[in-house]
Formats: sequence, structure tokens, C-alpha cells
Amino acid sequence: MNDIAQVAFFTVGMATLATLVVLPLGVALAWVLARKQFPGRAVLETLISLPLVLPPVATGLLLIAILGRRGPLGWFLAQMGVEVMFTWLAVVVAMSVMALPLLVRSARSGFEQVDRRYEQIAATLGAGPVRVFLTISLPLARRGLLAGALLGFSRALGEFGATIMVAGSLPSTRTIAVAIYTYTETGQQAAAGLLLVVSATIAFGALMLSNRLAAT
Amino acid sequence: MAVPIILDFTLQQGDFTLQLQERIEAQVVVLFGPSGAGKTSVLEAVAGLRKPQCGVIKIGDTTLFDSNREVDLPSSGRHVGYVPQDLVLFPHLNVKGNILYGVGSGSGQEIDQVVGLLELGDVLDRDIEALSGGERQRVALARALMVSPAVLLLDEPLTALDADLRSRILPYLERIRDELATPMVYVSHDPSEIRALADAVIVLAAGRAVRSGPDLDLITPA
Repeated sequence: MNDIAQVAFFTVGMATLATLVVLPLGVALAWVLARKQFPGRAVLETLISLPLVLPPVATGLLLIAILGRRGPLGWFLAQMGVEVMFTWLAVVVAMSVMALPLLVRSARSGFEQVDRRYEQIAATLGAGPVRVFLTISLPLARRGLLAGALLGFSRALGEFGATIMVAGSLPSTRTIAVAIYTYTETGQQAAAGLLLVVSATIAFGALMLSNRLAAT
Repeated sequence: MAVPIILDFTLQQGDFTLQLQERIEAQVVVLFGPSGAGKTSVLEAVAGLRKPQCGVIKIGDTTLFDSNREVDLPSSGRHVGYVPQDLVLFPHLNVKGNILYGVGSGSGQEIDQVVGLLELGDVLDRDIEALSGGERQRVALARALMVSPAVLLLDEPLTALDADLRSRILPYLERIRDELATPMVYVSHDPSEIRALADAVIVLAAGRAVRSGPDLDLITPA
């Protein structure tokens, strides 16, 4: 029972952290895609959406290539004494990468629904681009952003393929999805079932809230 | 107080070309003409929301746009008070938040003067959705006036109001003209409004000024 509670809290904590980590980048990308025209825009859009269509284990493999000891970022971080692979950091990275496309899609739609005239009038009142973004665009798009954050959180919560590739199934990195797989493989059906209920309950609540925010 | 207003520019928008060569000295210039004549585009060019292909836009001593000198002040640096036809009040801010948007929380004396002038003291804490049409109009005017604009750009500010409300808002505009002496470029279809406020008129048709000058009878075709 303690193990299940620990796995549940660890997963929710990591999913929350991943959502918070990816939020500034996701919001910035969403705004750029909603408001700016530039060469390479379609490529950027496709790259962001790629984790949605790639098999999650393939995304995991890509992350190993980048974050593994022989990968460019992994080598650099190892020089600084930071080990990512098979630690909680790897869980956060995997969750973040999988949450990003959903967050960006919803947030972008939120920005697109903001009438540009509010931003224009704010500019005529003396507000520079940063102030317009912080005081007009962001608050008016808040429902789309919150819905996107909740969608991203839900996706992070259920993340399996990329996580097991980069973080494995160690007691210190085991998320709900990985634990359900491990418990099932080792014949612990009751524990797996209990985690299924916990996972479904949290995801159901987050999705309900996300859908409600997106609809209003 | 009359100021020199130069609207000498060409603005291309798809198939539509707006071409003006106006140099007028006035406090309230009215842009008059049928729908699609380019009146709102003139205001948006002055506000920096549309960029002319070439020409000069100058209000008083301030050059807002000059293609030869490569001057194109951003909207945020033009010090204009733009009140569009649909007002565009910020829905997530209350009345006070809207009025103070351009100046922050300071300027106590200025807010007292503008709020007093437009009689908005009782609605400062209200949400925008809770306002009547006339109150919304006055909030939009107050928001634009709070930045002490070099010019007030008003796009048919009374058109959406019924006759009764119109006759009640018009005196506020007269007070702005007389007490604050803020120059205005004012779009209107209404001859009585024009005669009450304007001291010069530019009659537009299909993107060109067909008549202009201080004679307000110019709004009536000869």
C-alpha cells in the first residue's frame, strides 16, 4: 500500500514539475505560432507536434541519444556532475517532451481567440510588446493556457514509453504507468488494479477541468 | 487650440488605395463620407496600426510617420488616444483598470479631472459587462484621455447610441474640446454632430479627399 501511495505521489509530483517546466516554453511557442509569420514556421510547428505521432519509445530513444553519456547534452551535463539518465530528472524530461505538443496546441488556440484589437489598443495607450503580452494577451488567453497545462499534465501522468526508456523501472523512478506494467508482469494484479483506479481518477478530473475550461 | 495636421500619405490595402494630401490647421477635423471611403483607415494610420507605403503624418509638432526621413513611430510611442467604433474595452479589467491602463496607478489629479469631466465616479469599480452603452462610451473616452494624448482619434463615437444618449454624450465631447483643448480627428456621418464639434472637415470618397476645409457646409454636396 505504501509503495502504491509513493508511486502515486511521485508521479503526480513529477507530472506537475514537468508541466511547470514546460509551461514557459510552451506558452512562448504557442504565442509565436499564433501571432508571427516567419520562414520555417511550418517546420517548427511539425517538430513540436512530432512526439504526438512518434511511438513514445522512439522519442525515448531520441532522448537517450541526446541525454545519454555519449549524447551531446548528456556528456555536457555529466562534466558538470549532473546525471540525468535513470534518475527523476529523466522522468521529468520524458514527461515534458510528451506534454509539450498538447500544451502548445491548446495555448495557441487560446492566443488565436484573443481579438488582436485588444492588443492594438493597448499599444496605442503606450504599452510596449512585453506589457501588452503580460497584461492583455496572457490574461485573455488564460483559459486556453490552463486547459493546455491540464492536458499536458494528463499526458505526463500517463507517460510510459519514453519514461521507461530513459528512466527504467527503478523504485526511485517508477511512475504509475511503469508501475502498472511492472506489477502486471510480476503477477501483482491487485496492486496494478489499484494504480489503474488512482491513475484514472486523477486523469479524469484533470481532463474534465481541461474540457470545461476549453469550452467556456 | 488649432494645430497643424498633415495627412499626406498613400496607404494600399489589397485592392483599396487611400490617398490623402491634406494640410489643415484645426482643433477638431471631421472625416466625413460613405462607408468604405477610408475614414477608419485614416485613424488607424495615424494611430500606427496601419503603415502607409509613403508620405507624411504629422500632428502639431510631432511627426508620426515620414517615409522620406524613415520616421515610423510605434503605436506605443505616438501618444494618441484612439477610441474605435466598437470601443474595444478590455473585458478582463474593471472600469478603473481600463481607465488607468495607459498610466498605471499614478496620476491621481489627472484621473480626478477625467473622471469628473465624464462623470464616471460612480462606476469605477464596475465590470465592463455591467455598463450601459453611454457609460461604456465614456469609459473608452476616459481611457484615451488619461494618456494626455497629442490627438484624440474618435471613430463614430455616437453612432451606436440612441438619440437620447447621443444628445447626452455630445456635451462631454464639447467639454473635452473646450476644457482639455485636445485636438481631435473625428469620424462622423451626422451633420448635427459635425456642426456642434468640428472646425474643419475632410470629405472622403473611395479613398480620396473630394473636398476639405474649414467650411462645414462642405459635407453637403454642392
